[in-house]
Amino acid sequence: MAKLNMVQAINLALQEEMQKDPAVVVLGEDVGVDGGVFRVTEGLLDRFGSERVIDTPLAESGITGTAIGMAVSGLKPVAEIQFEGFSYMTIDQLAAHASRIRYRTRGRYHCPMVIRAPYGGGVKALEHHSEAVATFFIHIPGLKVVIPSSPYDAKGLLLSSIRDPDPVFYFEPKKLYRAFREEVPEGEYTVPLGEGKKLTEGNNVTVISWGAMVRVCEEALEKVKDISVELIDLRTLSPLDEKIIMNSVRKTGRCVIVHEEPKTLGFGGEIIARINEKAFLYLEAPVKRVTGYDIPVPLPKLEDIYLPDAEKVAQAIKETVHF
Amino acid sequence: MPRKKILDLSVDWLSILDYEGNADKILEPALDNETLEKFYRTMVITRLFDDKALKLQRQGRMLTFGSCLGQEASQIGSAFAMKSDDWFFPAFREHGVQIARGIPMKLLYIYWMGSEDANLMLPHRNFTVAIPVSTQVLHAVGAALAAKIQKQNIASVVYFGDGATSEGDFHEGMNFAGVFKTPTVFVCQNNQYAISLPREKQTASKTLAQKALAYGFEGIQVDGNDVLAVYSATEAALLKAKSGGGPTLIECFTYRLGAHTTSDDPTRYRKKEEEEEWRKKDPIKRFRTYLEKKGIWNQSYEDKLLKEASEEIEKAVEEAEAYSPVVENMFKYVYAEITPDLKEQMDELLGFIAKRKR
Repeated sequence: MAKLNMVQAINLALQEEMQKDPAVVVLGEDVGVDGGVFRVTEGLLDRFGSERVIDTPLAESGITGTAIGMAVSGLKPVAEIQFEGFSYMTIDQLAAHASRIRYRTRGRYHCPMVIRAPYGGGVKALEHHSEAVATFFIHIPGLKVVIPSSPYDAKGLLLSSIRDPDPVFYFEPKKLYRAFREEVPEGEYTVPLGEGKKLTEGNNVTVISWGAMVRVCEEALEKVKDISVELIDLRTLSPLDEKIIMNSVRKTGRCVIVHEEPKTLGFGGEIIARINEKAFLYLEAPVKRVTGYDIPVPLPKLEDIYLPDAEKVAQAIKETVHF
Repeated sequence: MPRKKILDLSVDWLSILDYEGNADKILEPALDNETLEKFYRTMVITRLFDDKALKLQRQGRMLTFGSCLGQEASQIGSAFAMKSDDWFFPAFREHGVQIARGIPMKLLYIYWMGSEDANLMLPHRNFTVAIPVSTQVLHAVGAALAAKIQKQNIASVVYFGDGATSEGDFHEGMNFAGVFKTPTVFVCQNNQYAISLPREKQTASKTLAQKALAYGFEGIQVDGNDVLAVYSATEAALLKAKSGGGPTLIECFTYRLGAHTTSDDPTRYRKKEEEEEWRKKDPIKRFRTYLEKKGIWNQSYEDKLLKEASEEIEKAVEEAEAYSPVVENMFKYVYAEITPDLKEQMDELLGFIAKRKR
């Protein structure tokens, strides 16, 4: 079994699924000849040809709308949006159409497509290249939202996303693209959508996160070794794995949520509301959030202090445990 | 009724300067030596600014940077046709226009080193860099419409690339400009590539200039490596715009000699020979030949210019690196007045930073 980074794992998933299913096509800006600006689609054009690996003109709404047309016609498009900052252009097509084609036609048509986009900060990038934008998409009924935090999950979740009969927005934490390698099996395995994963077992406090922030939480755990933390990686934000959250919070009675997205209306707020509905009487402390601030992501000179880091998370864990 | 042709439109190509330093006698703009020298000097400074930025980036002292190498004539020629009270809307590669418009290089470096604080000091009617492709096209149309409504005799000039013409915002902007007959000049620097995608795969149109015709105004294709041609076309378009003649699309036919940005590797999608062919068409060399014939340029002038420009650039870099961004600015400029909620978030962060320092 090979040790792969996240870019390689996603590439492997695309290679295998395109090989297996001729309906899968890849489209986007620079995905073909260039192999994608992060090289995620490297080698696909040579292997599968320009009818299945399509370099499109520069138009995000165009890519998304075209993918919808392909999806309702029996293909399974995997469209790439080059950076999350350009994903706003997809919202019209996703919110107005992709997410409601099944609903609108009462199942007569459906839209099995995946939009992939790198997201998030910490890579010293230009404006619109460091944002965490999942919230916008979670708020679209009918659209699923997935964010892996490891190469293994990246492959398994992408395969599930491509095979899912509904549209999926698959966000890739670019900070983790080449951050580490792990064993990623070749061939068939999937990670189901809608299932979180417990990364550590613990009794004192539940820490919930996703994407690049999962690694920040792991770093934070090193700073609070005397506290027994149950770390949960949600992996899919929509649909939400409520069970894994409630089971853990009912056990620990305390919870910290960490996300890169801005605080207000960030997914942490929704998780807290669910905990209030279903585990309120188990709580021994208010649920805390460590999040991005309610400001545009600053350019790199101030980016580090903007992002949640291990120290901020460790402090929140301590405050919650010692409440 | 028989079937008949109801539309017959065409697009002109404009080139004034040849590679031997001769200008077309009829088309040559009437510019004095001082102005011609200013054009040249700014092109050279732009190239040195650009080169320095690439070096800084390689040393980890700058962010990702998009070089404008090879596009100096398109940028400087069009920039000097503008007046300082005309609106300028850049994409993200218009360092030459910014320098020509008098934006201190120090500010440009501060921005590309990663701080928005630079934009606080931008001179009047120089808009901020637009990273999302083509979004700025509409802003320029809006600014021109505002000028029309407010009866100001100015125009707006917006820059974008060949790739931008595929975005919806481009079409919407062009259409609004045509319908409202706004005083807008659309400067499309067709540098032949949108990252890896060659121009012929971007659109099936023979030219980009012809897209203007569909919106009811003039489009012209200009030799983008000929600073005199770009200047003349832009000057004419601005004159027309300010006298109520409406918008113009100028396609500057040029070439991006460098990578898309420092994160890009052009060897993956184009041949070295092609780059070499375009290197021979270097806009600075071409203009220099003309100036030499006119007795404006000689080697000692060049040496002096290079020395002065390098010193100016070193000073700008030094000042930019000495600048340290203000943390409070992250929160202070989200709204006109900081909200109680943001104030709380800011205080929390400042408290955290102070605690960390202890």
